[in-house]
Amino acid sequence: MSEVPSMDEAVSSGQGAPPLVIDIRGATKVFNPGKSNQVEALDEIDLSVGPGEFITLIGPSGCGKSTLLRLVASLIPPSTGTVQVNAKPAEQARLDRDYGMAFQTAGLFDWRTVTKNIELPLELMGWSRGARRRRAAEMLELVKLSEFANHHPSELSGGMQQRVAIARALSFSPSLLLMDEPFGALDEMTREHMQDELLRIWKETETTVVFVTHSIPEAVYLSTQVVVMSPRPGGIASVIDVDLGDRNASTRDDPAFFTKVTEVRTALRKVEE
Amino acid sequence: MNTLKGFSAPIVTGVVLLGLWQGVLALLDPQGFVLPAPSEIVGALIDNWDEVFQGARITGFVVVSGLIAGIILGILAALLVTRFRTANETITPLAVAVNAVPIIALAPIFNNWFGLTSPRSNQAIVVALVFFPIFINTTRGLSQVDRSQIELMESYAASRSRITREVRIPNAMPFFFTALKLAASLAVIAAIVAEYFGGRQDALGPMITQSAGLTRYDEAWAAVLAGTLIGAVLYFAVLLLERVAMPWNSLIRAQSGDQ
Repeated sequence: MSEVPSMDEAVSSGQGAPPLVIDIRGATKVFNPGKSNQVEALDEIDLSVGPGEFITLIGPSGCGKSTLLRLVASLIPPSTGTVQVNAKPAEQARLDRDYGMAFQTAGLFDWRTVTKNIELPLELMGWSRGARRRRAAEMLELVKLSEFANHHPSELSGGMQQRVAIARALSFSPSLLLMDEPFGALDEMTREHMQDELLRIWKETETTVVFVTHSIPEAVYLSTQVVVMSPRPGGIASVIDVDLGDRNASTRDDPAFFTKVTEVRTALRKVEE
Repeated sequence: MNTLKGFSAPIVTGVVLLGLWQGVLALLDPQGFVLPAPSEIVGALIDNWDEVFQGARITGFVVVSGLIAGIILGILAALLVTRFRTANETITPLAVAVNAVPIIALAPIFNNWFGLTSPRSNQAIVVALVFFPIFINTTRGLSQVDRSQIELMESYAASRSRITREVRIPNAMPFFFTALKLAASLAVIAAIVAEYFGGRQDALGPMITQSAGLTRYDEAWAAVLAGTLIGAVLYFAVLLLERVAMPWNSLIRAQSGDQ
């Protein structure tokens, strides 16, 4: 037993090994411990994510995938175990603003214009007005919404709002992007379009992404790795590598794509039993 | 154009109703003390302009000062209650208990505290009545915030006060203004009824009771009209303030197809 961590250490500190962006060891989460409504949300999670990976967390509702994402974000602390982001405790990574976050609801502020929404994290980080303006303009170009800079969120469609939320999450160039079912509320066509947009942005910015979803095709289409989670208490059932190369219009019709979809579906079925 | 359209319907309704009122009275010709015609009320307003204007000024001052103090106290209490658990556990039940008291019934007692002819007692009644709706609604607006917006701010390591400023306060604004519209008309009612029992004798309240006592109903109605105008002016002032304070809100309403 005692040799395992020392071996891991040797690997992670070894020459040429890229430093991990996320390193979770033995993390558990129990809500309301000791009370009648105690819930064991996560059990003994071990997960490591290297730089530039696109990881999706998939599993039935109640499997704790959003909870796991919140552990990484340090929005909630683990009950036991450790969560490290960029080789430091997740809490410190949050204080250092190492990651950007996007949710199922775009969570835009109605009282701010699109530009001002994207500037919000930059304001909190004390960027100068001019630098904020320039960066917001760049981000709007990235998500192709430049002509809506001075609109209010309520004037935008759901897909456009989600793009603004992504622009906001990426505005300060975090090395890590955490996304909790960001496309869950979008219609199928918008959703596929947003997936392509996200992949393009991921490649352009070389960000590491952790993405929570219900959708098997979405997980396979986006990821370099699909993490299949099992419920009650939440745990990692299997990790499926996806190597489909650059995605394009024909990827969704590719037999290799369907093979992976089937593989993930089979893994999920096993979990449900 | 659209604003004009929006206003024309209520104006037409008002004019028709006043015409009916005047016409029916002319036809039935009841004795003047039952209900004076609109023309008689306006006549009494012009004849007694100085007194009514003076009364409206005094009552208006009680209304506005009480309203402002009630708003400030209501907002402060709401901020305290959402920020500190102990404040929530002490202030909220207290506010609910105070609200259960029929506050207007305290007017004679307040007169005893503040002096029979002091407007302070009337102001105190207005403050007490305005406080509760402002407090309850603002508290709700400060606490019923989209969870992802709070998590987002926490992900940026934003401080609590920053979250309050950036998220909770803007979120509470529509709730606050809904309460303020209620509170504005409540304040006029509270001030005039409180004045029935004491305070300055040249205010609108005493003018109504005295004119009615002397069967000068047209003068009583003229004073009621002045009170109505105070309420209307306040209501429109609140609407204007709402537009200035929340320019994004009219966009949301336009989007959802409301007025």
